[in-house]
Amino acid sequence: MALLANTTVLLGKELRTEFRSRELLTTTVVFILVVVVLFSFTFDPSIGESRRFGPGLLWLSFLFAASLMLQPCFLREQNSDTLSALRLSVADPFSIFLAKLAANTLFLLLTEILMLPIFAILYNVHILAVFPQLVLVLFLGSLGVAIPGTAFSAISAQARMRELMLPLLLLPLLTPVLIASTEATGGLLAENPALRLDWLGFLAGFDIVFLTALWLFGEYLLEE
Amino acid sequence: MTAPAFITTGIRFEKIEKRYGGLYALRQVSLEVAPGECVAFAGRNGSGKTTLLRIAAGLVRPSAGSVSFPTSLNGSDHRGLDIGVKPLLQETSTAGAQFGFVAHATMVYDELTAEENLLMFAKLQGIAEPGARAERLLEEVGLSERRNSLVRTFSRGMRQRVAIARALLNDPLVLLLDEPATGLDPEGITWLASALRRMRDAGRTILMSLHGESEISALATRAVRLDAGSVVADTRARSDMHAILTFAGA
Repeated sequence: MALLANTTVLLGKELRTEFRSRELLTTTVVFILVVVVLFSFTFDPSIGESRRFGPGLLWLSFLFAASLMLQPCFLREQNSDTLSALRLSVADPFSIFLAKLAANTLFLLLTEILMLPIFAILYNVHILAVFPQLVLVLFLGSLGVAIPGTAFSAISAQARMRELMLPLLLLPLLTPVLIASTEATGGLLAENPALRLDWLGFLAGFDIVFLTALWLFGEYLLEE
Repeated sequence: MTAPAFITTGIRFEKIEKRYGGLYALRQVSLEVAPGECVAFAGRNGSGKTTLLRIAAGLVRPSAGSVSFPTSLNGSDHRGLDIGVKPLLQETSTAGAQFGFVAHATMVYDELTAEENLLMFAKLQGIAEPGARAERLLEEVGLSERRNSLVRTFSRGMRQRVAIARALLNDPLVLLLDEPATGLDPEGITWLASALRRMRDAGRTILMSLHGESEISALATRAVRLDAGSVVADTRARSDMHAILTFAGA
């Protein structure tokens, strides 16, 4: 119960500080928008090409945007040493990760949902009929990005060359998430849309394995 | 009628070492701080004061040695919490419930108001009636009129007051203060000295790192000087404290 209560309090703090600074959401939205628009102008894809390459492009832009978004996650706790204050205050350090993970997933999901209509217009794909299924794929994919992303953000915040460290650690590890999310999204944007349960199952499995690892070993990542 | 429980906690450092690569921050530091003592740590920059305080708080894992917290309940000894060479954060978090820690940095969020900061930390620490506690502390530190202002709009001294209020939220048994007067104006220093005096007289154990003598150092019942990670002087004699705190003869 203390874990849940502390996570709720900390999630409230994450949302409030982001609402006031608007650092993460603005950066991510602008980044994805630039990538999607530039690719659209460069290749001017046909419907067939959009269905073939669109999902990959979309998830690649989400992935790079996420690495930007995750960077300040723990870094901004270092400015005033607030991470130490949190460690001294919470009964279970996992609540710090859970709150950040929930906030990162929420911000990423929100950005993705905002970007979907623009992607649909620029790439001439129909998303309305499969929107709920698409949101499910986005949720599992975003969670898959956010779980290791939050963990590596904690590691890289204490490292030298931290700006370089996070994408270097994170992006190779997220290759399975990128493939599964792209395949699941591709299935939904196909001429005969279908929810690919095999890839959804893979994403859910990835999320469970990495969340368990974070729960078991996360506290060591917070040590100085 | 049963008398209310009176709990005090001391700190025992046993052969503490802290290495960062080949660099020793602390070398074989052994100190026993009795419950209710007020210890002032002096020493040049990099002498190991901050590291020792952070190890006591459970924020830094020692490379060797151990820290324990002998606890006394109504005058009789009880086994306290032990933090060994490999502490689990779970253990240190439990121990942390007894600590108030003021560091170099303010340890409060710039994007939250003073009240939101205190309220959040009070809720995380499971303090009963967090709102009332936050309100009382804001009044004590003289910030009740600025309670709804974002901390980023505060001066360094005002931020330090919020930091001190945060450290006092859980009415800690042990106060760890790393240069607590940083940024405070003379009025703030006088207030801090009187608050610490009250806590010392109530049997709280206080460990603080200081630079030079001040109203706050006058509260110390013991002075310890560190040099290159080792204890080089330790006294409870008031006549010797001046030399230790001002590095005279160092």
